[in-house]
Amino acid sequence: MKRYVITTIVCFIIYLLLTTGSGTDVLGLWSYIEMLFGLLLSLIVGYATRTLFIKDNFRMLNPVRWFLFLAYLIGPFFVALAKANLDVAYRVITGKINPGIVKISPGIHTDLGITLLANSITLTPGTLSVDIDEETNDLYIHWINIDIKALEKKPVDCKYICGNFPQWIRRIAE
Amino acid sequence: MIFDIIIYLFIGIGIFFNLLAGIGLLRFPDVYTRLHAGTKCTTFGSLFLIGSVILIGLKLWWEKDTNGSVLAIHSTIALIAILLTNPVGAHAIARAAHRSGIQPVGAVIDELQTKPVEKNEEKTGGD
Repeated sequence: MKRYVITTIVCFIIYLLLTTGSGTDVLGLWSYIEMLFGLLLSLIVGYATRTLFIKDNFRMLNPVRWFLFLAYLIGPFFVALAKANLDVAYRVITGKINPGIVKISPGIHTDLGITLLANSITLTPGTLSVDIDEETNDLYIHWINIDIKALEKKPVDCKYICGNFPQWIRRIAE
Repeated sequence: MIFDIIIYLFIGIGIFFNLLAGIGLLRFPDVYTRLHAGTKCTTFGSLFLIGSVILIGLKLWWEKDTNGSVLAIHSTIALIAILLTNPVGAHAIARAAHRSGIQPVGAVIDELQTKPVEKNEEKTGGD
């Protein structure tokens, strides 16, 4: 029941975002008939997809996690994204590359956490996630400019690849 | 006036990074390094291009034009979709490339070659 309500509410919010400007009855953005139809549709879709949307826990209902996620997105993630682009610009212009594929074990156990980390790694400087070991959640990373010092220890220390991202993601998703 | 300058600045930055992605695709030697250019630069460039569209939408909304709200909110949804799907697509392409046997050019180390084969992969691997 809890799953059904949450999924319906999320569906309804997405429907409202997609149909802004349909009228001027509610807040100057939506018409009543559109909201009614949206509610009907979200009730149906929410019933059909409730077990897909929420699998085993309600951890992400905590608003503190949402604010942490926003802070992560605006703070360290955006800085890393900007750095990544300057790094790629440097490599495009000079052509200096020293590529290879390395393995890291970040120690994150949830699906959502490992998805967030893999996406973050892809968008941060010089690294691209290629494959995952599904049992131990180890990631295989293509690294465009390998640091020789990092290869001394196996698997490679996370701080060379993604800084303190695993700590952030552990706080958000675990 | 200042608002317009910011919008033009955003469009300029976005076009610069998307151009950089194009040059990177031509200059890099293999699929993995090309994906580096293709994901990071297009995400960052599109972020600024869509950001400028959102700013135009907010400006119209401020001037009591309802189309502005539609523009701003729909562009925000497009931005979230790009941020979510672009790295996932790159991940899928890189994994598929490595599975079909493409080696990274000039690689110092390739630890993925020593990855143990998964069990369900062996079952369906015969086709």
